[in-house]
Formats: sequence, C-alpha cells, structure tokens
Amino acid sequence: MSKYTLNINGETRNVDVAPDTPLLWVLRDTLGLVGTKFGCGAGHCGACTVHLNGVPTRACMTPVSTVGRKQVTTIEGLDPKGQHPLQQAWQELDVPQCGYCQAGQIMTAAALLKENPNPSDEDIDNALAGNLCRCGTYLRIREGIHQAAALAGKKGKK
Amino acid sequence: MNAPDLNSPARRKFLRNSVVGSGLVLGFYLQPATSVLGQVAKPSNAPGADFIPNAFIRISPDGTVTLISKQPEIGQGIKTSLPTVIAEELEVRWRDVRIVQGDLNPAYGRQSAGGSTSTPTNYEEFHRLGATARTMLVEAAAATWGVPAGECYAADSAVHHRQSKRRLGYGQLAAKAATLPVPPASAVVLKDPKDFKLLGTRISGVDNPAVLTGKPLFGIDIQLPGLLYAVYEKSPVFGGKVVRANLDAIKALPGVRDAFIIDGTANLNGLLPGVAIVAESTWAAFSARKQLRVEWDEGKVGNDSWAGFVARAGELSRRPGAAVQRKDGDVVTALAGAAKTVEAAYSYPFISHTSIEPQNCTAHIKDGGVEIWAPTQNPNSAQDAVVRDFGLVKDKIVIHITRSGGGFGRRLSSDYVVEAVAIAQKVNAPVKLTWTREDDLRHDHFRPGGFHFLRGGVDAAGKLVAWHNHFITFANDGRPGSGGSLSGDEFPGRWVDNCLLEQTAIDCGVPMGPWRAPGSCVFAWVFHSFIDELAHAAGRDQLEFRLELLGNRDEIPGTNGGLAYNVSRMRNVLKAVAEKSGWGKKLPRGRGQGIAFHFSHRGYIAEVAEVAVAKSGELKVDRVTVVSDIGAQIVNLSGAENQVQGSVVDGLGTLMFQELNIERGRIVQGNFNEYPMIRIPDAPTRIDVHFLKTPYPVTGLGEPALPPLAPAVCNAIFAATGKRVRQLPLSRTDLRWS
Repeated sequence: MSKYTLNINGETRNVDVAPDTPLLWVLRDTLGLVGTKFGCGAGHCGACTVHLNGVPTRACMTPVSTVGRKQVTTIEGLDPKGQHPLQQAWQELDVPQCGYCQAGQIMTAAALLKENPNPSDEDIDNALAGNLCRCGTYLRIREGIHQAAALAGKKGKK
Repeated sequence: MNAPDLNSPARRKFLRNSVVGSGLVLGFYLQPATSVLGQVAKPSNAPGADFIPNAFIRISPDGTVTLISKQPEIGQGIKTSLPTVIAEELEVRWRDVRIVQGDLNPAYGRQSAGGSTSTPTNYEEFHRLGATARTMLVEAAAATWGVPAGECYAADSAVHHRQSKRRLGYGQLAAKAATLPVPPASAVVLKDPKDFKLLGTRISGVDNPAVLTGKPLFGIDIQLPGLLYAVYEKSPVFGGKVVRANLDAIKALPGVRDAFIIDGTANLNGLLPGVAIVAESTWAAFSARKQLRVEWDEGKVGNDSWAGFVARAGELSRRPGAAVQRKDGDVVTALAGAAKTVEAAYSYPFISHTSIEPQNCTAHIKDGGVEIWAPTQNPNSAQDAVVRDFGLVKDKIVIHITRSGGGFGRRLSSDYVVEAVAIAQKVNAPVKLTWTREDDLRHDHFRPGGFHFLRGGVDAAGKLVAWHNHFITFANDGRPGSGGSLSGDEFPGRWVDNCLLEQTAIDCGVPMGPWRAPGSCVFAWVFHSFIDELAHAAGRDQLEFRLELLGNRDEIPGTNGGLAYNVSRMRNVLKAVAEKSGWGKKLPRGRGQGIAFHFSHRGYIAEVAEVAVAKSGELKVDRVTVVSDIGAQIVNLSGAENQVQGSVVDGLGTLMFQELNIERGRIVQGNFNEYPMIRIPDAPTRIDVHFLKTPYPVTGLGEPALPPLAPAVCNAIFAATGKRVRQLPLSRTDLRWS
C-alpha cells in the first residue's frame, strides 16, 4: 500500500492503496464516487471516462501512481450543480436508456465541446467512437451534443 | 457511503406500514373481476396519517405522492412509465410525484421484467389503482365540505368543488382519505383516454438526474459498511469441476481475506463449480485472481467447437428432421410442381448479451437469512434459485432490486445471484461479487446459434405455394436452448398450403438463455430474407408479394391454443411503412431499400431500411423507418421512441458484428476488442418512428421492434448490390461490387 494525495473534482483526497490500483477503483471503492463505471477493464468501452487536466482518460487503465497532481474530474464534478449543458440536454432529450454508459459519454462529449464548440455529426462520431452504448442511444447522443452546443452558445452570448 | 435510496429506514417503514404490517397479500391479476385491490388498504384514524390506499400509492400530509415502481428497471423505462399510469388516473401533477423502486414483495405481484410483458400485465390494474385512490380523495373532500361527491372533481393534485370553487390539496386530504373504506371496483370510473394529460406525452426518465450526475443506482454501485469484494473463477469449459487450486498462495496475497472452492451444482444455468476470492477491494480481488491456478476436470464437453457444430449441422441437414413442428399439404409434390424454386442455407452464431454493467450481486447472510442487492430482471426466480440451492425459506430472502445496466434477457438468469450467496455464506460480512468483462462474455447464457435449410416454391402466378425448413438448433441434455425451438406457428407457418417445418437439435454443453426477442430475433432475419428471395425469384414487387402472402383474412387463430395473428394489423403497419418510407423509389446501384415485418411479443412491426453499400463493401444505413402497432396507447412517447431506436441499433449491431467462436469447449473471445459491438459511427443517420393507434390492448416495446431490422437491412443490401446475406454476422459476406 502507498499513500497518494489526489486532486479530485477540486478537492484534495488522501488515499492509501496499492500503486497499481486503477484510478477507477480508487474512485469507486475507496472514495465512493461510483458515477465512473466499470465496463470492460481494458479501455475498450469508455464507461470509465474521466478528465485528467481536461483530457478524457480511461480511468480503468490509469494506475493511481501515475495521476500525481493532475486534476481529476469525474461526472460528479463536471458541474457543481449538475447543470452542465450536456447534462441539461441529456435530461431534456431523455437520452439514457439503462444509463450505465452515459457518464462516460458525457465526459467524452464535454471534452469535445471544449475543443470544438460546434461539432458536426462526423466530429461527434469520431470523438465518441470509443464509448459503447449497449442500449443504442447513439442518435439521441448526437442530438444531445448538438443541443448542448446550442445551449452553451446561448450562455456564452449573454 | 451507503446506497440509502435502496434501503432507507423511512422506506422500510413505509413498506411495513403499507403492506407487511397489514399481513395481507395483494394478488395481482389482469382481469378486473379478480382484483383484490380493496383488501390492502386498512382505514386509519391516526391524526396526520398518510393515505395509503394500496401497496403502490402513498400520499403524505405535505402533499408528496410516493409511487412504487414494482418492475425491475433495465433501461426499458418501466420505472417511469408504469407510475405514470397511476399518476394519470390519480390526477396528480407529475412534479409532485416521487418514484421509489420496490423490493421484491409478494404484495406487488409478479415482478419479472421479461418478454415485453411488464406493460401488458400491469397496465389495466394500474389504471384502477390510481382511479380508486382518486375516488377516495374526492369522497374525502366532499365529506369535508358536506357536498355531494358528484359536485367535485380531481385535478392538479387537488380536489375542486365546482360550484364554490373551493379546493383542497391531496396533502390536506390525506388523513381524511385514510379513514375511508376502499370503494368497490364498480364505484370507480376510469378516465376517458381523450382526457389523458400524461399518457402519450414525453416524460424524461425519473432516474435521469441521478444517472447524469453519477449518483449510486446500479447493482455494482452498492456500498455497505464492512463490505467485502469477491471474484469467482469458473471452468472455461462449461460445467467443469475444480480438482485443486493454489488457495494457500492466494490467501497470502495483499488484501485477500479468503479463498475457497465452491462445489456448485450440475445446473448449467445455476450455481456452477468454481473458486472464490474475497478481498478488501475489487482491485485486490482482481489482482489476486491473476495468480490463481486451478486444475479443472473439464467433463464431457471439452471437444465442443463451432467448426464441429457447423460440420454436424451439414450432416444432419441431409437427413429427415428429428421432430416435425408443422406439416400442411405435401411440400415435396408442391416443390416439384412449382414454377420457380429457391434453396438456401442460413446460419447464425452463438452471441452474448453483453449488458454493459457486468453481472454482479451483493449478498449478506444474517439472522438465518440473506439480504441481496441484485441488478436482476427476475427477482422472483432469483429468490426461487436461492431457495433451491441453499434451502432458505422465502421470507428469509430479502431482495433489493437495483437498476440494471442493461438486461436484454441476461438478467432473467440468477447464476450470479446464487454465486454471491454461496460466497456470502462463507464470509461474515456483506460481500459484492463482480464479474469481469471476460467472465461476462465467457459465462453468458448465450443466444443459441442455428442453421436453417430452406426450400421454397412459387407458382406461375408468382404466389408462394411451398415452404420447407429443416432447422438445426442446439440443446442441453435434449432440451433446446431458449429461443432455439421453432414454433409451427412461426410465419409463414399457417399461411402456406404446403408447409413442412422440421427441427433437429445438436446436444452441446453451451449454456443458453433468452436473448432480446428470443427466437424472433433470428427467425425474422431468416424467414423475411428468404421471403425476399422468393419474391425476387417470382419477379414480384416486394410489398405486393408480402401483402398477397398475408392475405385478406382478419385474424388467423393459433394452433393448439397459440396466439392468434391479427392479419389486418400487420397489413396496416406494412402499408404504412411503405408510405412513410417512400417505398419503391428509384435508387442508383449501391443504394437500396429493404422491407420486412414481424409479429412478436404481441407487437405488429414493419420496417424499411435504406442503405448505401460502397464499392469497397462498406455498409452505411442511412435511414430506417419503423411503424409499430402496439395497441391503443403509447404510455411514454419519449421512452417508446427510445426503445424502438435502440432496438434498431441493437439489431444492426448484432447483424454487423456479433459472433462468438467456440473451441475446445470454451468461448474464444474475452473482451470488446475481440467481440466488437456497434459504435456511434455505424448507427443509422436517421430512424423514423411511427405508431399506429389501434383499439387493442396496450403492449410492451422492449423487444418487438428488433426482429424486423436485420431482414430489412439485408433485403436492402440485396437491392443495392445483388448480394444475399445468408450468414451472420455481416462480415462473413463479401459485399464488394463493381
């Protein structure tokens, strides 16, 4: 076991875990932040996507020993009130079915919108190709990202 | 941190007060005549009492309306849709409603979410539940005001007096209503559907706020004080037994609390033998498992292979079928006399459910019983399985139904539940069993593969006159797998004068289970592709050929008490889908439309796919049009459209990618890199969803929109390229053209 000081959703958290523990399990088992999901444990499904310094990252493939002082953002910390434009759009369009993959979808989409505030369908397909949705909500995910982009655009103009 | 939503003291008290304390059990039935709704409520004179007219509704003096969701939520939207039915009749504002997932409880009736039955088996009763409560609230207001109930009406979570414009909120009426007897069904008037305010509108899922902010909801999210974490290693060859394992070495690893062998049972769909590792964290358990060395007695099925099954199916196809599922007329003579005949072999592999939340279950043995938190579609059968394997009595088995990260039929099985209980029996703490993705893919209860050897004939007028199918399927100990038996009534059985349906099963050790629209999910592809082949052979228009085949009768009864087939409903969705999709438009080579229909799970669905196939063979589905007749009412339009679109995407992904290989008695693939699933770039550009409202009972939508998708796409591929897809997945067929 080793001690680590992590920056998670703007808070400092101290943990004592095995160095090879993936960030995913530190979040879920040690810190009780279960919004980040386990889907494959191998970086194929994207359900565990978090941001490290704003970059979408597979938490299941990220040993805690490599995180250092990077800022970790999870679905719980994406927006202080849970009202990120993507969260609003997802709520309005009723995107989820089972909902298990949606945290990962939203975290990937949030990073996309930061880089590209007005993505095309093709941009969306390219950015989100690593995130599986077993229920097949892909059309609503596309629509949700467009709607969030529009929402964010309106806010930006205010 | 706990998962308080699922196990709060307030909630337990509610259940005790409302149901358990009364000592009454509410039977749950479809027929109004057998409703025993009135038995549940017990008039209460306690001041400030909640109004609890039945096991599903509680109205508190502060105006909060709590509704129980009895069915497991697996992504089909039932936790939102069924309570909406009560809310509609109750005349309550949706924003005043709080939905609580019910535990397994006999007061709720059967709680299995399978076969798209949750809506049809509960819909009528839920109307009565809400209307009964509303009637009592109106009575309470009328009594308070001293006016006839007929002068009062309910709306917006309140009762109103027409003449005096007085108003009393439901919270204000709760204590009074709680003193009233439950009226007989004859005194309860259901709403006229034209007055519906909620049903048929778009209502966002009740769990969406929690889903979108990462709150604990799913089985895998359960956290309890003192929780331990387990993994369970089973024989890669199905049903193999443990000879020995390096348990001492495992127990010495960091974070490991215990490791032990579970003897298990011979039930392929139940508690299989294996080795459990219990640790202080999921990662400690996963890490220790990498060091686990098990010697297996692989049993008798270690030589099973897909290649062997294919060869065996070929041999069997040359013999008469072992069973005759249907025999009408004389198919041999009819084929000999047909103007045109087509012969084709269709096949599809075993596939997995791959629900995105891997199987998991938390169990805690205490007080001579067990408390279970399970992402299950079928808590009733989970309880039965625990009774069967551990000899516990039902009322000592508490099952909390968590949200499931997908079901697709996988969670109708309870193997992961009995595994968790078996592990918990050896651990003096709550323990969460988590399967890895590899466990999930290799120890599924798979959709059976299958082979169809078909011959069909059309006469000189282009009419289908003969249909012969020898279906080679799979069985365990002589019993065909779920969805692996062909009903003699499966279309076009009952329609073709000369029809012979034969079936032979290959016995194997591969566990099988229901996969979304069992049987239909593959039969529709085979039969509606072959019908397309026959229509082309006859030189007929695809739509006309199908309409003629369906014929003009209104309804065709089932054989031996089977479900009747309402032909007019199918004709109507077929005609509508042709109209909505612009069927028959001229398209250049490389583009095509395909049409298919299928009746399953009481739903009548027709679909048209429009596809583009590049010269390189790459497929793009541009547009899918779906017309569904699922009866008189769409409960939640948003949820219904989501189910149809999801079914289309799921059907397409299965068609394009899904395939398991079996070698030396075991599944070859382990994770999504070896078992590709559909991703967003391959999702159709557009999916248009239409519903025909018809005067028939309301039915479910988790399954019936899936089966027609694969044949519609494959028929479109043929129209685009002249290439006929007779083997799944699509990657097995070379679609390049020039």
